[in-house]
Amino acid sequence: MAVMEATLPRRIITTPTAGPLGALVLACVFFALNSDQFLTGGNFSLIIQQVMVVGTLAIGQTLIILTGGIDLSNGAIMAFGGIVMTKLAVTSGLPPLLAIAAGIAVCAAFGLANGMLVTKISLPPFIVTLGMLNVVFALTHIYSEDQTVTDLPPALTILGQTFKLGGTNVTYGSLLTILLFLFFAYVLGQTAWGRHVYALGNSQEVARLTGIRTQRLTISVYTIAGLVYGLAALLLVSRTGVGDPQAGQTDNLDSITAVVLGGTSLFGGRGLVLGTLIGALIVGVFRNGLQLMGVPSIYQTLITGILVILAVTVDQLSRRRTR
Amino acid sequence: MIARLSAGLLAAALLVTGCGGGEQKASTSSAGSTKVGLITKTETNPFFVKMKEGAQTAAKAAGMELLTAAGKFDGDNASQLTAIENMVAAGVKGILITPNDTKAIVPAIKKARDAGVVVIALDTPTDPQDATDALFATDNLKAGELIGEYAKGAMAGKAAKIATLDLAPGITVGQLRHDGFLKGFGIAEGDPSVVCSQDTRGDQAKGQEAMENCLQKAPDINLVYTINEPAALGAYTALKAKGREKDVVIVSVDGGCTGVKAVKSGQIAATSQQYPLKMAEDGVKAVAAFAKGGAKPKGYTDTGVTLITDKAVQGVEAKDTAFGLANCWG
Repeated sequence: MAVMEATLPRRIITTPTAGPLGALVLACVFFALNSDQFLTGGNFSLIIQQVMVVGTLAIGQTLIILTGGIDLSNGAIMAFGGIVMTKLAVTSGLPPLLAIAAGIAVCAAFGLANGMLVTKISLPPFIVTLGMLNVVFALTHIYSEDQTVTDLPPALTILGQTFKLGGTNVTYGSLLTILLFLFFAYVLGQTAWGRHVYALGNSQEVARLTGIRTQRLTISVYTIAGLVYGLAALLLVSRTGVGDPQAGQTDNLDSITAVVLGGTSLFGGRGLVLGTLIGALIVGVFRNGLQLMGVPSIYQTLITGILVILAVTVDQLSRRRTR
Repeated sequence: MIARLSAGLLAAALLVTGCGGGEQKASTSSAGSTKVGLITKTETNPFFVKMKEGAQTAAKAAGMELLTAAGKFDGDNASQLTAIENMVAAGVKGILITPNDTKAIVPAIKKARDAGVVVIALDTPTDPQDATDALFATDNLKAGELIGEYAKGAMAGKAAKIATLDLAPGITVGQLRHDGFLKGFGIAEGDPSVVCSQDTRGDQAKGQEAMENCLQKAPDINLVYTINEPAALGAYTALKAKGREKDVVIVSVDGGCTGVKAVKSGQIAATSQQYPLKMAEDGVKAVAAFAKGGAKPKGYTDTGVTLITDKAVQGVEAKDTAFGLANCWG
């Protein structure tokens, strides 16, 4: 009987992304009514550009949070990747593509290191990535000598170039970000690897007993997350047009915010990567919309805080109900 | 039930937004008026609070709407870049910015200027300086020179053992004040009388830590140059712990109210006072003139600096702390 009642409306309500999507739509309606500059193609393209870096970081964060972990080091790893690729290309004169590859590889290597420490020595992800945050932050400042890298070769900023889409200028970076989200939505939803990630997050013990090689899986998750941070580094460099050693200092928490706002549970095993995209967009829409309305940026921080608490409250209540 | 709850809470959140928006609208002129943007380094530093105040007053007087934004931390380029984009989208005539990263912000400023927006740097020049239309700022080299000359007089021929508590590498403001101090004191970089140099990021706790370490290295330090007053007060705390606060001369830059009070009480010997309110006021006025069809502001405008001390030395022009307190910020 209860099963038969699980009709479509009911399923929408229990889908973790329904709330976030509703919030995003509501926010858009609100800002469209309050600012005549909000509802334009150009402005939406702008919002996507503004959330693509944190959004991409949040893809990696989602993978890790789904396993029940957390990553505090992602913004720092991205900043280091950005400095590596720009410095190798500008100062060391490496071919740009090779420099980009090196930057992404370095990020993946830090992800791998996080994964190894979490599994092989069974340290809590919070502590491992807190330590890694400081290590990578320091390396960034040592390697860059605190200097911003400028005069980048065009290949490094190509993702910042635009193409026309129905009269609106869209950056290639925005397109890449959307494609990454779709790719990971597919991988998590449709492949064995993706289902194993959810299983691991639900219960490591059960996952192990069903024959999943949990250690290898965890390491692969952290490494792939690192790889994605490398792509975020490329997006960052293309967006700002410089290699910035100060970049990303709050992006670890911002990416967690996007994940949580997107309805993914911090306890692992529940959530969708497309929810994370919605979460990142919510932050971007509020920031942009409030600015257009002339509201000081501190209110954006206030509202983001309220929304985060709301999102975890909803998650907690719905967990209690399913239990 | 969950859906209803979340809907209710969402409505509450949006109400908060509505309130914020409404309040803001009431304090500024109606929609459709000329807009000007102010982007500061951070939201919390009193220096920038004063700046915002100056901008708000000038905007109101000119009948313009002021949009504000700030970086999340000192050095946060990404937030400032995003703010520039959003302000251009909001249709501002001009943007006043204190850049967090003098080089990294340049491409974003160029985009805004290409879109017809006047960009004025306040307090901190961009690198290169002509990346903005104009610069309204303190002459930081002169601010350093003033306290350097003062220190020279205050030491009265005694052999100086100097500690410099600096800002951070690669930031022009810090470099200029440091160089100005050495120039005013009449020594070159690398002079043996400078026995200790530490970065403090202009933070009181880091200033204290730096001074403690300097005293460990060279206990006979008798002159301390500090990048700003929080660093100076940190240094004072460290000196006091060693019982050295009476026989060490501390000089600083900024002219914040806390700092001037510290000059009055003798914790800091002298400070170079700068005027953030004037920077923002002049900036908004320049944008207003441009919006009314006037010329674009250009070049560098010195917003002035005054040496504040109650123990003036001969040959160095100074004002007392009464003047300092009347003109301080924060």
